[in-house]
Amino acid sequence: MTWSWDVFFSVIPLIVKGLWITLGLTLACYLFAALFGFVWVFISRLPWRPVTWLFGWIAEFIRSTPPLVQLFFIYYAWPMMPVIGVSLNPFVAAILGLGIHFSTYMSEVYRSGIESVDKGQWEASTALNLSTRQKWTKIILPQAIPPTIPMLGNYLIIMFKEVPLASTIGVVAMLHIANDYGAQYYKFVEPLTVVALFFLLLSYPSALLINKLEKKYNRSFDKKTLA
Amino acid sequence: MSSLPDIFSAVVQGLGITLQVLFLSIICASIIAFVAGLSRVNTNPLLRGFTGFYVEIFRGTSLIVQLFWFSYALPGLFNIHLGSDVWVAVLAISLNYGAYMSEIVRGSIQAVAAGQTEASIALNLSRFQRMRHIILPQALRMMLPEYGNYLIQILKATSLVSLIGLTDLLYYGNIYRSTHIAESPMVYVLLLLMYFVIALPLIAFTRKMESISKKGVAS
Repeated sequence: MTWSWDVFFSVIPLIVKGLWITLGLTLACYLFAALFGFVWVFISRLPWRPVTWLFGWIAEFIRSTPPLVQLFFIYYAWPMMPVIGVSLNPFVAAILGLGIHFSTYMSEVYRSGIESVDKGQWEASTALNLSTRQKWTKIILPQAIPPTIPMLGNYLIIMFKEVPLASTIGVVAMLHIANDYGAQYYKFVEPLTVVALFFLLLSYPSALLINKLEKKYNRSFDKKTLA
Repeated sequence: MSSLPDIFSAVVQGLGITLQVLFLSIICASIIAFVAGLSRVNTNPLLRGFTGFYVEIFRGTSLIVQLFWFSYALPGLFNIHLGSDVWVAVLAISLNYGAYMSEIVRGSIQAVAAGQTEASIALNLSRFQRMRHIILPQALRMMLPEYGNYLIQILKATSLVSLIGLTDLLYYGNIYRSTHIAESPMVYVLLLLMYFVIALPLIAFTRKMESISKKGVAS
């Protein structure tokens, strides 16, 4: 097998088609994870100890087992479940699988943001007789969210790089197209290189941008993060 | 369910490969992380530039893409045969996570207060002594919790090796599922539980390291 520039250039338009699907899926997974992350935070703040303990371990379980297996579980095993089982299309399965996996990380980001708010702020809002709603919307969240923005951005990049996992359950995005092309013409290296280049082209500038943001906010966090 | 022992005995055949890839990757990734991390704080701009390039390439592309790339490009393009696909997997995983982990090494070294470096220069320590006795011992405890997190990441990454044909836990799980469709939920729940059991010591290690790195440090 030798390197062929002809193949390299001819697969670019094919891969670009998949790029949009990869980007769309990334965004969908991210939004799902961002919203679902709040659920974990909400549960962890419930006053009932056994519940928070149980869900803490469920989150730990989801966080420390492979997303690929979780994806297979949702796509292949869920339809076989009695009563609750329904067939999902690959796209929905990927959003659910990757979304739930990363929501456990997002909740850690939210948690670190909330915990970074000074204790005096909580006490002051109680002293000022603010309602729970006012306390959260006017005092806590405005201070908790901005410092987490770089980390939230980081997770967007991380998810972008995890989305190709979805090709294993048949989402026809960049990686899937590259592998199909390889299987058809027995040319794997060129299409895969194109895919890698697209990942690099998109994620490296975004990472630089986030570095800038991070310097701007210049805060360190209690980290349970990927990168 | 009566089939659970069957599933277990089918899947457990892959445990060896999973653990093998896990341990080899952890060792190789740690070595790469230290070499690359120390190179990035080296005074030689060429070395710094080269490792910077390596780190950005591997952090900027996706592990699963790298895994496929290596498994096709090594034998095909470069005519390199590592003997076993285990080594292809270990190479891809450790180069990828080595790049991520080198950033922790670099970050922690740079996070050691500048006064420490100044003091060791004032004490006439050599550059090696400075790194070995002053900077690294302080940097090491800072990097430990995140290091633990990455060990869990590496464990999760080992599940990808079934995609390049290695016979790991997930591979045997998929084989079993393809002949016993109705039992798929059990198969994957069991697989997830097995991965979690392997992860438990790593989780414990991470928590232990978190408490060690906080001990005796003014925050």
